[in-house]
Amino acid sequence: MFARRLSKELKDLAMNPPAGVEVVDANDFKVWKLSLAGAPGTLYEGEKFQLEFNFGPNYPLESPQVLFVGKDVPIHPHIYSNGHICLDVLYNHWSPVQTVASICLSLQSMLSSCTSKERPPDNATYIKTARANPKHTAWAFHDDTV
Amino acid sequence: MEIEASDFEDYDSHDEGSDVDYDDTAEEDIELSDMVNEKARRKAYEVDFNVLSLSEIVLAQVTASNHISGVLGVSLQQAGALLRAYKWNKERLIEGYMDTPQEILDQAGVVLEEAQALILKPPEGFVCSICFDDSEAGAVLGLRCGHTFCQPCYEYYLTQKIMEEGECRRIFCAESGCSVTLDEQAIANVVPQKVMERYRVLQDRAYVADNGSLRWCPAPNCENAVECRHLHSSFSIIVPTVACACGNNFCFGCGLGDHQPAPCGLVKMWQKKCADDSETANWISANTKECGKCQSTIEKNGGCNHMTCRKCKYEFCWVCMGSWLEHGTSWYNCNRFDDPESTDARDQQAKSRASLERYLHYYNRFANHEQSAKLDQDLYLKTEKKMEEMQRTSELSWIEVQFLKKAVDVLTSCRMTLRWTYAFAFYLTKSNMTELFEDNQRDLEVAVEALSELLEKPIEKEKIAELRQQVLDKAVYVDGRREVVLEDTARGLADGRWEFHTSIETKL
Ligand SMILES: [Zn+2]
Ligand SMILES: [Zn+2]
Ligand SMILES: [Zn+2]
Ligand SMILES: [Zn+2]
Repeated sequence: MFARRLSKELKDLAMNPPAGVEVVDANDFKVWKLSLAGAPGTLYEGEKFQLEFNFGPNYPLESPQVLFVGKDVPIHPHIYSNGHICLDVLYNHWSPVQTVASICLSLQSMLSSCTSKERPPDNATYIKTARANPKHTAWAFHDDTV
Repeated sequence: MEIEASDFEDYDSHDEGSDVDYDDTAEEDIELSDMVNEKARRKAYEVDFNVLSLSEIVLAQVTASNHISGVLGVSLQQAGALLRAYKWNKERLIEGYMDTPQEILDQAGVVLEEAQALILKPPEGFVCSICFDDSEAGAVLGLRCGHTFCQPCYEYYLTQKIMEEGECRRIFCAESGCSVTLDEQAIANVVPQKVMERYRVLQDRAYVADNGSLRWCPAPNCENAVECRHLHSSFSIIVPTVACACGNNFCFGCGLGDHQPAPCGLVKMWQKKCADDSETANWISANTKECGKCQSTIEKNGGCNHMTCRKCKYEFCWVCMGSWLEHGTSWYNCNRFDDPESTDARDQQAKSRASLERYLHYYNRFANHEQSAKLDQDLYLKTEKKMEEMQRTSELSWIEVQFLKKAVDVLTSCRMTLRWTYAFAFYLTKSNMTELFEDNQRDLEVAVEALSELLEKPIEKEKIAELRQQVLDKAVYVDGRREVVLEDTARGLADGRWEFHTSIETKL
């Protein structure tokens, strides 16, 4: 039912990608790898990060599992060193009209508005106890201005 | 009987508010009825409650919605949505609605005028933003916010919310960040019957979960809920045991099996303590040491301090843990014994041993009654067979051989009570107030063991009538002793007569 949607999303991403976003690997409709470049004029200018999207069979009714992978995970107060991202639209504020592109845009703006590069205060304890899938974490979203 | 009637009236007038403290009302009633009929009062350890069947739970929601619909002049659906948003607190809803109706409506996502879930023809150039389909063939659906999706996507979306996410309180428009909600009628128009049935089940569950004076009976396969109007904050001084129509006795406060006379908070602490292996660890540290050479654990069982590790044959002094060779001839007394370090270690050891022994004293009795209750049941099952046999071969009627069942039931519930008296006693600070409690506890314990012993007696056909009388008399007596324990502990809790080591209220 929704395979068509992902193939259209992929086409759109190829033709009309959001700034700094590049599809690295999208051979199937299960796992995609994208790269995200820090926007010019922000703390992340010149840095490049790898994002992994995992789509379940119910995508887009269910949110994809999204995390940063590879050795460079952005140092940001809402991003844990294991790649987990504290962003409400990925979890309980997910809506099926969100897309891979719109998630990338949200992440881009999250990085751009950052004023001080640091890990979340509970990083050390979180990464010790967190499950592999960030969707299994009970996220508490407090501050979306950072 | 007049008193009961007035009790009832009083009840009804307060029926609407879950914030009403029933204790106050009950106390006023008691003062009145005290003079007239002492016996009309419930026992100190009993609470008022009501068992509701599933159909009564459904009906209660309809009744409440009807009431609100009439008072506020909204539709039944809208009244339901408002009540759900207000956790079924009618007073608070009406009060809020009188002050700021629009705010309340917005919060609950209720729109008075407009129709819900409009079915439209897809507009020119329509692309469903869920499936990205642009074939303008089928119908599209949208709420007053104007966000439209194709009909299959709308159905999938709602099905996902209800079946996978168990959502039933508020389901929003599928558009990101849109706060318009679908009401029950709109949902019913879109999803298949099976999903709608699930939606209603979820609503019933939410009704009970959101309602502070309701709790599902925890018995497997039981669909009843129990209504109890005592404030949860009173559960540090009341143990709200309720009895479901299915026969299950449980605590309204925490959902565990009946744990009178111990309040919920105490039960929680006790269970945590028993589950914690730190006590066991304490025991090990008090009674064992590691060999200084091979690290195997050595338990000291005699008085001599000259230890030899069984494994590596290392000889050492239990007191200072040093090699025995260095002790030379002063083997009768370790000269390092009076070192401040050793003294501290010894004090620590003694303290932890004393606290452990105290815990074990209560724990063993607590655990023992649980174990004995199981044995009583086993014994009963064996005896029951014998009784059936006897019934077939003698003049005795079925009812006449039933006395054992009754006695074992009494025995079991008394053992459960006794068991919790030991958890209660563990936290209780000794005072002259607690002496009576201990006496009552002992009397119950003696009576319970006597009844248990009586049930173990071999049954002889000729003496069965005699045995029956003995058992029944004893069971009545035992039950009476239990009532004494419960009455005294409950009154003590209500009067603040008991002092506990750890503040129980804060742990609730
Ligand atoms: Zn669609
Ligand atoms: Zn909308
Ligand atoms: Zn039940
Ligand atoms: Zn309880």
